[in-house]
Amino acid sequence: MSAPALSLRDLRIWYGHERGAVRAVDGVSLDLMPGETVGLVGESGCGKSTLGRGVLGLLPEGAGHAGEVVYQGRNILELKPKELRALRGPDLGMIFQEPMTRLNPLMKISAHFEEVLKIHEPELGKKEARRRALETLRGMGIPPTRYHQYPHEFSGGMRQRIMIALALVLRPAVIVADEPTTALDVLVEAQILRIIADLRRNFDTALLLITHNLGIVAEACDRVAVMYAGRVVEQGPAYDITTKPAHPYSRELLRSTISLSTTKLHSIPGAPPNLVTPPPGCRFHPRCPDAMKVCAEHWPPTITTGPARRSECWLHASEDIPAGLEAPLEREALAAAEEA
Amino acid sequence: MTATTTVTGSQDAAPDARPPRRGNLLSKIAAPYKQSHGVQRFMLITGTVLSLAFILMAIFAPLIAPYSFDTYQDAQGRFPQQGAPTSRNHWGTTVQGFDVLSRTIFGARTAVEVVLLAVIFSIAIGVPLGLISGYVGGWVDRILVLVMDALFAFPYLLLAIVAAFLLKNTIDSGIVTTAIAITVVYVPQYFRVVRASTLSAREATYIEAARAMGARPRTIIRRYLFGNVIQSVPVIGTLNAADSILTLAGLGFLGLGIQPTEAAEWGYDLQRAVADAGAGIWWTALFPGLGIVLAVTSLTLVGEGLNDVLNPTLRRRRVNKPRITSYTMNESGAVGPASAPEVEEDVG
Amino acid sequence: MTTATATKTLMEIRDLQVHFSLHESFKSRVTGRGGRAVKAVDGVSFDLHEGEVLGLVGESGSGKTTLGRALLGLVRPTGGSVKLRGEELAGLPERALRPKRRHLQMVFQDPHASLNPSMPLETALAHPLQIHKLTSGAAETQAKVREVLELVNLAPVDQFAGRLPGDLSGGQKQRAAIARAIITGPDLVVADEPVSMLDMSVRAKILDLMIDLKRRLGLTYVYVTHDLASAKFFCDRVAIMYLGRIVEIGTTQQIFEDPKHPYTQALIRAIPEPDPDKALPRDLPRGEVPDAASPPLGCSFHPRCSQAFGPCGWEGRDLRAILEQRWVNAGEETYTTERALVGDLEKLELTHEAFIPAGPGKDAGDLLGLLEKVRAEDPDEPLWRGVRELRAESGGVHVSFEPGIDPVLYETDAARAACLLYRPE
Repeated sequence: MSAPALSLRDLRIWYGHERGAVRAVDGVSLDLMPGETVGLVGESGCGKSTLGRGVLGLLPEGAGHAGEVVYQGRNILELKPKELRALRGPDLGMIFQEPMTRLNPLMKISAHFEEVLKIHEPELGKKEARRRALETLRGMGIPPTRYHQYPHEFSGGMRQRIMIALALVLRPAVIVADEPTTALDVLVEAQILRIIADLRRNFDTALLLITHNLGIVAEACDRVAVMYAGRVVEQGPAYDITTKPAHPYSRELLRSTISLSTTKLHSIPGAPPNLVTPPPGCRFHPRCPDAMKVCAEHWPPTITTGPARRSECWLHASEDIPAGLEAPLEREALAAAEEA
Repeated sequence: MTATTTVTGSQDAAPDARPPRRGNLLSKIAAPYKQSHGVQRFMLITGTVLSLAFILMAIFAPLIAPYSFDTYQDAQGRFPQQGAPTSRNHWGTTVQGFDVLSRTIFGARTAVEVVLLAVIFSIAIGVPLGLISGYVGGWVDRILVLVMDALFAFPYLLLAIVAAFLLKNTIDSGIVTTAIAITVVYVPQYFRVVRASTLSAREATYIEAARAMGARPRTIIRRYLFGNVIQSVPVIGTLNAADSILTLAGLGFLGLGIQPTEAAEWGYDLQRAVADAGAGIWWTALFPGLGIVLAVTSLTLVGEGLNDVLNPTLRRRRVNKPRITSYTMNESGAVGPASAPEVEEDVG
Repeated sequence: MTTATATKTLMEIRDLQVHFSLHESFKSRVTGRGGRAVKAVDGVSFDLHEGEVLGLVGESGSGKTTLGRALLGLVRPTGGSVKLRGEELAGLPERALRPKRRHLQMVFQDPHASLNPSMPLETALAHPLQIHKLTSGAAETQAKVREVLELVNLAPVDQFAGRLPGDLSGGQKQRAAIARAIITGPDLVVADEPVSMLDMSVRAKILDLMIDLKRRLGLTYVYVTHDLASAKFFCDRVAIMYLGRIVEIGTTQQIFEDPKHPYTQALIRAIPEPDPDKALPRDLPRGEVPDAASPPLGCSFHPRCSQAFGPCGWEGRDLRAILEQRWVNAGEETYTTERALVGDLEKLELTHEAFIPAGPGKDAGDLLGLLEKVRAEDPDEPLWRGVRELRAESGGVHVSFEPGIDPVLYETDAARAACLLYRPE
C-alpha cells in the first residue's frame, strides 16, 4: 500500500467568536491516496469548507488549530508562511466555487497561465509554457482558438473548466475542489463531473471534492467522507456508502435527497447543531431516529464496518454499550421553533 | 406535516432561542464603542472625549469665560492692546483689546452653533434628495446629479464665499448665513453617498419583494431603503463637521463670515493676528489656531474611528484565539472525543 | 402528484415577449439606440389552470426567471398579452398594477436577501395587509399575522413575531417569506427556485409546506427551477424552456416518461443520481447555452442536438464550432497546420449561405480539401445533413446550407414539443 498524498490526523480548527469558540472542525482523520477522489459531503454549517481551506493552510483570522495535516512527511500547519506559499500551486491546488469572481477580468486567459507557470516553474520558457497550457486546456475541452480571450468572453461552465485547468497545469499532487459545480447548471455540471471523473484515470492527482450533493459523489468519487457538526461520521468506498450507508445520518441524508425516483418527501427533523456548544455524546443524537440512551451520554466509538469503511455510531458497537443504556432514547416532542 | 416530529428540545440547536434584540437608539450609539479595539478604539475615544470637551465649552461659555467676547474693559479700566498674558488676561489680549481666552471659548460656541446648523441642513436636504434620485432614476436623477456635480466641482471655499456674499443682505443673522453657505458646499456630499447606497440597495431582493407586495415608491423609500442606507451618514456627518470648521474659519479669515460684533470667531481672530507674528506677539494667533486644529482633529478622529468600526470592509472584530482541547466536559458529559478515535483492527 | 383536471383558466399568456436592449458600444450607450436586444422571453404562450402547479424548468439564460417575473408585472413585457381571469395585465401602468398584486405574489430564491434585514417579522408580514387595506385596525392585523405564522409552522408565534431576519435560519427565513406571500390571500404564487439555496434535509420541509398550503388555501403555483427532480415531484405540468422559448410542455408524466424534445431528454439524463449504478450519460449535448443576444438560426438548440437534421437552421457559426471541437481533440501539429488554412472566423454572416475565408496566402482549394476531410472522418455529424453545397471560390469556400425553419410547439402523442422532428408535413 502506497503512502497517502495527504493525511489529516485528528485535525481541529476552531474559530474565536464573541459567544465562544466555534468548533468548525473537531477531530477529523482522513487519508487521501494519490490518484484518488474523495468526496466530502455535508450540509451547511458542518465545517466542510473550513476543512477544505484548512487543508491548504488557509485558516481564517483568529482561528486556532490542533492536529496535523501531513504532506510529504511534514505538518503543513506548522510551516512558516513562506514555505507554505511555495507549496500552494505546484503541490497543493484549489478550485473555488464561484468561477466568475476568481479570474482576473483584465487579464487574458493566456496571461493567467503564463503568470502561473512563470512564478512556479520559471525554467520552462515561454514556448513550452504555452504548449503546456494549451495541452491542459485541451484536456478541458477548451479550443486553442480561444486562448487569447478574456474571462468575460467565456460562459460560467467554461470559466470553471479554465479554473480547473489553471489548477492542473502545475500538476499538483493534491487538489481541493470546494463545491465546484454548485453555481452551475445541470448540463454543465454533468460535463464538469465527467472531467473530474476522467482526472482519476489520467492524472495521479489526489482530489478532495467538497459538496453537499450526494448525487455528484456517487458518480465522481472513489471514497466518501460524510461530515456532520465538525466530525467525519462515516467514511468508506463511495459505492458502498451510497448503496448501503451504515451511519444513520448518511442514511437520512440519502433519503432526503430528491431525485427522479423520489416518490415521497423525506427530511431530517430539527436543525444542525450550534457548533459553539454541540450536543453531548453523539452530536447527531437529537435528530437521529435510531438514538439510544447511551448516545446522549457517551461519545460513540469509531468502528470499522467493512473493508476500508469506518463509522462513528453506537449501532455498530452494541457489545460495548453499558447495561441499561441500549433502550431507545425518549425525547420530548420538539417545539416547532427548533425546526430549520 | 412536520409538526409531529419528536426531537429533544436541545437548547443548543441553532438558531438560538434568545429574546429578540430591540435596537434602541442608545444601544445603537454605544455599539461602535463596544465593538472597537486597538487603534480604532483609541481614535474613537480620544476623539469623542475631545469633541465633548469642545461642546461643553461651547454650551457653558458664559460660565467658563472670564469675560464676554466683546469685552474690552473691566473694573480696572481698558485692557491693553496686544497685551501679554497676565493674571487679568490669562491668554493676553488682541489688537482690539479683547481678551483672547474669552474669545477663544466663545469661538468654540460659534463653531458649534454654525457647524451643527450646517450639518442638520445638509442632511435634511441631501439625504432625501439622494434617496429619491437613487430610487426613481430617470430624468429626475439626471438633473439632480448634474446640479450636485456642478456644486461639487466648485472649490469649496469659493462656493462658500459666493453663497455668503449673496446671502449677506437678505438674512440678518451672520450665524445662519454662514451655516447656509456651508450647507450649500456640503449637500452634494450627502447626496452622493446616499444616492450610491440607494443605487446598490435598490437591487436587493427585499426591495423587489416590496414592489411585488404592491408597495408604492414612497413607502419603499421610507420603510425599506431609509434604514438600510443611512448607515454611512454618521461618518460623513462627523467628517463634514470637521471640514466645516475649516470652511467657517476660512470665511471668517476673509471677513465674510460672522461679524465681530455678533460673535467671536477663530478665523476672524487669526486674520487680525496676522501682523502680530512678526512683532513677536504669539498669543493672539496661537490660541484661536489651536482651537481650530484641536476641534478639527477631534471630529476627524471620531469620524475615522466610526468609519473603521462601522464599515464592514474595514471592520476587524476583536477576536480571541481559542484554546483547543481535545476533551471537553460540560454538565451533561463528554462533548468531545478524548483523543484520536480508536479504530478497531482492520478486517480483511 | 395527480394530473390536473382542467378547471377554470386562471391566466392566459399569449406571445409574451420580454426584450432587453443591450448597449454595448459607446455610441449606443450615449444615444440610447442601435444596440442589440436580448430576447429573454421570446414569444411564449400557455394557459395556467386554477389549482395546478406548473413548472418552468430550464438552465440559466432560458428566461424562466424573467417569465416568472413578467407574469407578475415585476418586469414589463415588451410584447404579447397576460390575462388574469380575462383582464389584461400587460401594458398596465405600474399604478394600476399595484392593487392587482394582492392576487399575484412571489417567493424569491435567496431567503437571506428577500426579507428586509431591519424589519421584524411582525412588521414585515403586516405590511402587505396595510398596503392593500385588508384589515382594519392593529388588532385585526396582528391576529392575521399570527394566524399566518402558525400556518407556516413558525411557532410558538410569540417567539418569532418580534425577531429580525438575521436571527433566523435559512429554512425559517423562507417560511417567513412564504408567509408574507400568502397573507393577502393570493390566487397565484410564483416560486422562483424556493429551495435551491437550502440544504437537502430542509428542502423537503419547505416543499411539504407549500403542498400543504396549496391544499388549504387553493393556491396556484408557478414553480421556476432548474432542478428537474423536484419539478417531477412537485408539479402537475412542466414547461421546459430554452433561450426564451418553451421547447416542450405537457403533464409531468408525459415529460418524464416519454420526453420528446432532445433537450428535455438530455436534461433528464444529466440529473446526478445518488444511486451509483446509473452511470453518467456519455452523450451529453456538446457546447453550452449560446449567447442570447445572437441566438442560432432556426431551432436554437440545433448546434448541440444529436438528432438534428437538414432544416434545423445550420449556419457558418456551426461549422466554426465543429472545427474548434476538432482542434481540441487533435494534436498540436495538426492544429497548427489546419489553423493556418482558415482565415478569421470571428465575423461570419448569420445566414444559411456562409463564406469561410481562407487563411492569408492559402489556397481556397486546400480549405475545401480540409472541409471534405472533416466530413469524411465524421460523416454522422448532424451538420453535414444540412449542407447542400461546398464550393471553392476566390479567397475561401462558400457553404450553402438548407434554410432553417423556426419550430413552434407541435402536437405529438405525448407532450407538445418545439422540434422539427415532429413537424407535420
